[in-house]
Amino acid sequence: MERLRSFKPLSSPSTTFITGALIAAVVFYVVRAIIEPEVMIQTLAKALGLGATYAIVALGFVLIFKGTQVVNFAQGALAMIGALFVSFLAVDEHIPLTTIKNPLIGIGPEWFGWGLSVVVALFFAGILGLVLERVVIRPMIGQPLFSVAVITLGLETMLRTMANDSVRIQLRPLGIPWGTGGFTVGGETNDAGITTGGAFIAWSYVAAVITAIVAFLAVFFFYRSRMGVAMRATAFDQEAAMAQGINVGRVFAIAWIAGTILAAIGGIFATQPPIAQTGAAQVETQFIAFRALPAVILGGLDSVQGALVGGMIIGLAEITAGQYLSQYAGTLGSGYPLIVPYLVMIVGLLVRPYGIFGTPEVRRV
Amino acid sequence: MLGRPNLYTSYAGESRIFTTTTQKVVAAIVIVVLFLMPFELPVINQIPFIRFLGDNDYLRPVSTALVYIIAALGLNLLVGVAGQVSLGHAFFMGAGAYAGAFLGGQATSTVYGHGLPIWIWLPGAGVTAALIGILIAPVAVRLRGLYLAIVTLGLVFIGIHMGNMDWGRRFAGDPGLGRDFPPIEFALWKGQEPLVTAADDGRWLWFDVNQAEKTYLILLALTLVMVLVAKNLSRSRTGRALQAIRDRDVAAEVMGIPEFKYKLMAFAISSFFAGVGGALFASLVGKLPASQWNLFLSVEFVAILLIGGVGTVSGTILGTIFVVLGPRIIEEVTRWLDRQTEAEGPVATVAEGVLTEGPGDFGPVSVATQSPGWPLNVFDWNVVIYGLLIIVFLIFEPLGLYGIWLSIKSYFQRWPFSY
Repeated sequence: MERLRSFKPLSSPSTTFITGALIAAVVFYVVRAIIEPEVMIQTLAKALGLGATYAIVALGFVLIFKGTQVVNFAQGALAMIGALFVSFLAVDEHIPLTTIKNPLIGIGPEWFGWGLSVVVALFFAGILGLVLERVVIRPMIGQPLFSVAVITLGLETMLRTMANDSVRIQLRPLGIPWGTGGFTVGGETNDAGITTGGAFIAWSYVAAVITAIVAFLAVFFFYRSRMGVAMRATAFDQEAAMAQGINVGRVFAIAWIAGTILAAIGGIFATQPPIAQTGAAQVETQFIAFRALPAVILGGLDSVQGALVGGMIIGLAEITAGQYLSQYAGTLGSGYPLIVPYLVMIVGLLVRPYGIFGTPEVRRV
Repeated sequence: MLGRPNLYTSYAGESRIFTTTTQKVVAAIVIVVLFLMPFELPVINQIPFIRFLGDNDYLRPVSTALVYIIAALGLNLLVGVAGQVSLGHAFFMGAGAYAGAFLGGQATSTVYGHGLPIWIWLPGAGVTAALIGILIAPVAVRLRGLYLAIVTLGLVFIGIHMGNMDWGRRFAGDPGLGRDFPPIEFALWKGQEPLVTAADDGRWLWFDVNQAEKTYLILLALTLVMVLVAKNLSRSRTGRALQAIRDRDVAAEVMGIPEFKYKLMAFAISSFFAGVGGALFASLVGKLPASQWNLFLSVEFVAILLIGGVGTVSGTILGTIFVVLGPRIIEEVTRWLDRQTEAEGPVATVAEGVLTEGPGDFGPVSVATQSPGWPLNVFDWNVVIYGLLIIVFLIFEPLGLYGIWLSIKSYFQRWPFSY
C-alpha cells in the first residue's frame, strides 16, 4: 500500500462547509443550552456515554486496520460474543470466584467478582481473536483488501448466526455492577427528598467514558512502546517492516487480540443505557459495530484520534437528533436516531472522502 | 479453424459468446433441456439431476435461483467488471421491488398501487432503481475501495428505515407483514383479462402446465434475455471501458476513458438489474416486509459472486445455482438422515451422531425448528455454511466455481500430459 501523509491544505469548498457546519452547531448548542440548560446537560451526558462506546468499538476497527489492513466486518458479531461470554461467566457460572465445589461467591463486593469475570471473558475474547487471525486472516496476506474484507463478512455471517441463536428467544442478562442508578444534576428537591426535573446521569455513562479514556490512553502509550512502533511501521509498509526484522506475524496477532477485546468491551456497554435499557445481550447488541463503522469512516480508517473524534461526533449527532427532533418522530419513523450515523457519514465523506484524520491513498498509474 | 479452438484470426472471433461449434451445440441442448425440464418427457426424464429439479417441489427454488441470477448479474457488472465494491445491492433490489409494487400492485387503504400490467411495472422497477443508482453515483464516484463498501452498507440500513417511515409504509406496507406484490401475468392494460397468467393451470402448445411450471418458464425466458444482455454488455465497448477502470482507474483515464461517466453508467445498469431482480423476487414470494432487504441479502449476493467467480457471467450463474439450491439440498439431506435414525446399520449410526432429536443427544444439527442454544437447526446451519463457503472459496479458490471448471477443462484438454 502506498500511503503518504498529505500536506495538502484543505480545499476551499470543504473548508467553507466545515466552518459553516461548526458555527451552526455551536450556535445551536449555545442557544439550546441557554433556553433549557438541564435538557442540554442531559443530552450531552447521554452523547458522551454513547460516543464513548462508539469510540471504543471504533478503536477496535482502527487497531485491526492499522495493524493488518483489514476492515473487520465481524466486529459486531465479536462484540456480541464478548457480551455472551460475560453473561455466561458472570451471571450463569460466577467464574472465577466460584468453582463447582468451592463456592467463594461471597468474597468481596459484587463488582469485584463481576470485574474478575469480565477479565476472564476478555481473555477468552482475545484468544478467539488470535484463533480467527491465525486460521482465517493469515492465509490471506497479500490478497486484495476487498477479498479480506469479504472474508470477515463470511466470519460475521457464521459468528452472528451462532450468537443470535442463543439470544433469539431469551435475552442473556450481563449483570450491571454499577446498577441502574445515577445522579441528578439540577432539578428541584421537595421536602420529602424526592428530586424532580434535572438531568439524570446514569453510572453506565460514567463507566463508558472512563473505559474509553483508559482504552485510548493505553493505545496512546502502546504506540510509543517498542511493539507499538513496530505496529506503526507494519501499518506503513508490511514488506519494509519485515525487512527491518519486525515480526509481522506477531503484530497481526496483537492487533487482532486488541481489536477483539475492544469489540467485547463495546459489546458490554452496548447492553447498558443509553444504548439498550435492559442490561442484557440481545439481537440488537451487535448493531453497535455497524453504527460504529460511520464513526471510523468519519474519523478516518487509519487514525486513532479519528476513532475518538468520529465516535464522539456520531454519538452527539445521534443523541441530539433523538432529543430535539422527537416531535417529528411520526414523520421520521420510529427509531430514526439509529440511521443518523449513516447520514452523518455520507455527508462527511462528501466533504472529506478519507475522513477527518485519514490519510488519502496515493493513486499511481 | 477446425481442430484448433484456441486460434483466433480476428478480434470479433475471440470475443464471440461461443467460440466453437461444440459450445454452441451444448448451449442449445442446455437451453432446450431447461425449457422442457418440468415436463414428463421420455429422454430428458432420464437425466438424473433434471428429473429431480423438474419436480414441482423443486421448481420454486429453481425459479428463485433464476430471479437471483438477474440480480447477481447486476452486482457482477458493478463489482466484477467495474471493480466498484458495493454492499448495497439489497437496497437497490428493494427500491425496484417497491417501484414495481407502486406501479403494478393493487391499491388498498394503506398502500399505494396502480394495478398497471407487467410490461410497465417490470421495466419501471428497473428504471426507478437505475435512477436511484444515478443519484447515489456522484457520492460513490468520489470514494474508492472499502470506503465505498461501507457507504453502500449504510444505504441498506437507511433503506430499511425508509420502509418504516410514515410515507415509506404507503409503499412498503405493514413493517411486520409487508404488502402484496403484483403477480406475474401479462395483460394489455389494467383491469383487462390477462393474456398470460401464472395464477392458474392451463395448456401451452402440447403441454399441460401448472402454476409453478408457468412461473418457471416465464422467468426462464426473462432470465435468458437478461443473461444475453449482461454478456453482450461485458464484451462491448462499455464493458471494456469498465474493465479498464477496474484494473487501474488512473490509467484508464489517461487512455481517454471518462471515469465519471462510466462509473455512473455501471451504477445505473447494475441498479437496473437489481431493480428488475428485486421486483421479480418480491413478486415470486408474494408478500415481504421491508426488513427483508437487509445486509444479509447483500452479503448473499457477494457470496454468489465469490463462490461462482468474480467478473464472469457463467461464474455468476453457477454461483447462484450453488447458493440458492445448496441450502435446499442440505435440508433434504437432514430430512433423509432423520428418517435413517429409525433403521439399523452404519448410516443410522452416522445419522444419530449428526442429529439432535431430544435432550441427551450431542449432535450438532437439531431437528427441532425452535432450538435456542448450541445444537443449531438446519436453517441456522445453512447460514453458517454460507459464511464458511465464502471463507473457504476465498482462501483456496479465489476464482470460484468458474476457476474449478477451468482447471477441470484444461486437465482433460491436455490429457494425458499435465501441462
